[in-house]
Amino acid sequence: MKPYLREKTSFSFAEVPSDTSFEAGYLVSKNAGWRSIRPVIDIEKCVGCMQCYLYCPDGVISIENNKAVIDYDFCKGCGICKKICKINAIEMEAEKK
Amino acid sequence: MKKFLSGNEAFAEGIRLARPAIISAYPITPQTIVVERLSEMVECGSLRSEFIHVESEHSALSCAMGASAAGVRAFTATSSQGLLYMAECLYYASGGRFPIVMMNANRSTALPWNIYGDQRDSISQLDSGWIQAYAENAQESLDLALMSYYIAEKTSTPFMVNLDGFVLTHTYEEVDIPDEEQADKFLPPYETDNKLDLDDPKNMAFSAGPDYNYIFKFKEHQALLNAKKIIKKAEKDFAEIFGRKYSGLIENYKTEDAEFILITIGSIAGLCRKTVDKLRAEGRKVGVVRLRYLRPFPTAELVGSVKNAKAVGVPEKDISFGNEGTVFTNVNSALFQGKIAIPSYNFIGGLGGKNISHEDIENIFDLIENGAERVNFIGIEVE
Amino acid sequence: MSVTANNLCRDEFFYGHKACAGCGGSLAVRNALKVLGKNAVAVLPAGCMSAVGFNFPQLCFANNAIISTFAGTASMLTGIEAGFRARGIKDFTAVGFAGDGGTADIGIQALSGAIDRNDNILYICYDNEAYMNTGIQKSGLTPFGAKTTTTPAGKNIHGNIRPKKNMFEIAAAHNIPYAATATVGYMTDFLNKVEKASKIKGTKYIHVIAPCPTGWGIPVSDTVEISREIVDCGLWYLAEYENGEFTLDHDPKEFTSVSDHLKKQGRFRHLTDEDIQIIIQSRDAKWEKIRRDWRK
Repeated sequence: MKPYLREKTSFSFAEVPSDTSFEAGYLVSKNAGWRSIRPVIDIEKCVGCMQCYLYCPDGVISIENNKAVIDYDFCKGCGICKKICKINAIEMEAEKK
Repeated sequence: MKKFLSGNEAFAEGIRLARPAIISAYPITPQTIVVERLSEMVECGSLRSEFIHVESEHSALSCAMGASAAGVRAFTATSSQGLLYMAECLYYASGGRFPIVMMNANRSTALPWNIYGDQRDSISQLDSGWIQAYAENAQESLDLALMSYYIAEKTSTPFMVNLDGFVLTHTYEEVDIPDEEQADKFLPPYETDNKLDLDDPKNMAFSAGPDYNYIFKFKEHQALLNAKKIIKKAEKDFAEIFGRKYSGLIENYKTEDAEFILITIGSIAGLCRKTVDKLRAEGRKVGVVRLRYLRPFPTAELVGSVKNAKAVGVPEKDISFGNEGTVFTNVNSALFQGKIAIPSYNFIGGLGGKNISHEDIENIFDLIENGAERVNFIGIEVE
Repeated sequence: MSVTANNLCRDEFFYGHKACAGCGGSLAVRNALKVLGKNAVAVLPAGCMSAVGFNFPQLCFANNAIISTFAGTASMLTGIEAGFRARGIKDFTAVGFAGDGGTADIGIQALSGAIDRNDNILYICYDNEAYMNTGIQKSGLTPFGAKTTTTPAGKNIHGNIRPKKNMFEIAAAHNIPYAATATVGYMTDFLNKVEKASKIKGTKYIHVIAPCPTGWGIPVSDTVEISREIVDCGLWYLAEYENGEFTLDHDPKEFTSVSDHLKKQGRFRHLTDEDIQIIIQSRDAKWEKIRRDWRK
């Protein structure tokens, strides 16, 4: 369960609700454009300790097959994950413009 | 069942029959009797509501909004300073389309401090997006308590019922109290999709930027205009079940052939009608329109009532400082829209509970017949 | 069983929000909701988390969530909790997330009322120590010395001249069933307090330090590190109040340098040695009382 991107991103007059109540977790835009640097996980080094997952303010790190995986659609590139990683398995790399 | 009740007590009886799940209120004179009676009803089990003792009027309405967002019927009551203190929440409730009902005991606002009745408190909140009704007597207070939920819930718009402080809230009259079965038939349990729901989670009371904000506001406006139809339907259903008829947004008294008409709100209407009877006996063609609702404003109805008059007067217990009485402003807008080019005069009186007498009303009829200042102050002679 | 990264619910309830990179407040909200699960009904007043999470049609809570008025977090929670109960719903947690201004200043009346009634709600204050959403203005929880846009650091006055209100002990003084302090730097401590609070009936208050990199003048990557340091140097403490007793959860044998901690933050960079001495003395006075009076 997680808010996710929807296909329908704009609403006509008739489609706008009459009250301020709407489906929970309805996303229409990504946050990828915010980054100037991106965390890159060294899969060889990663031991799946989950500390980066635990401390990510955006919740964009999940653990799959005991390795950290980043959702770059929503990562803002803050670098907390790199700082928290005790085994230096995360590097911050410049975003290519 | 008939009982001798004050306006506050009659209103509490109406709320008992409407069965709100949550009552959140903070005491303020002259509203207190209604919340005391409701507390007693909860205590003795005649009303199965939760009475929440909030710490302020702001919290009273904020809590009621929480309850409404949780999908249940909510009630609060206040007056004067309390209404002003919760003002932020008034706009929030209407924007969120929460059909909360509030009783407001009309009372003067400080400074100077004063606990007696005028209508500056509620009239200052006409733009807050609430339906506003003004009761004239205890029976109408009870009936409006029931009808307000019907109308609020069918329009997803909060509803403020105003009772003149002391003059109505504390005056005893014989009131017919409907039985619960009839009330349940009139007002079914509250159902809404505008609620937090574990099976269908919602994000509510959100922000909306310039691309969407105006659409929400337009729909809110449309809902208030649509309330005119719902009010008619409510009164039709009400008459069928309870046998008491109401006349919609306005109530006319001998206006059909009247040349000079007073337009007013609340409990002063009775005094105006008595004066009309006296003057009619003297052969004068006079009448009264009581505006039962200020929002939505009864433009078309008012135009229909005064279109053949020679002049109208608006006595009101309110003033928008630096301009004129706000009811008067609204009435003039209706006259203009109806292309009725007749003189109109404003009579500001009753502020801070100052008595308006039979002679005052008679004098007002003389003035509108013979011409007066555009805005007049009852009982003030400037030297 | 205590909450760990490993057994924390994998669902994400606060996702896609527009909080600044490295936001401590969003970290607190995200993880608290993972503890409380899908039946959390969240109330967030006007402030950072509501501004970044609820801009129609971008709605970033997977669970039920609603914005309250700025002053109305606790009172709206009260109404929601009572409303759900009236509908016969039992398995839910009414949880509020308000900032320091929303809690200690404009919302303190409603919070006090809710605790007084002992309403069954969980109130979490994410404390970033100023009105960050409006651009870093001083709140009642801005610490002594901090530079904000309304407490500029000049020659005469070195930033905010008043100490932080003690909201934890203010909540405790109501004889609240449960209150706790935490920091996003020691996440599992915070999350276990959330878990514990969620199982207690009545009002619960958790005060979590949640740095704002913009307002504190720190790199966006340092949020977690700085919120560990604030505990390690003794300017914050991890504690609980329950059954009328205060308990200190973590008693550092030795404090790390207050000066180093403060000097890392742009908001304290102007402080003189005398200013820092005042802060250290006030820390020591507080710890003397804590160590004397609180259980360990």
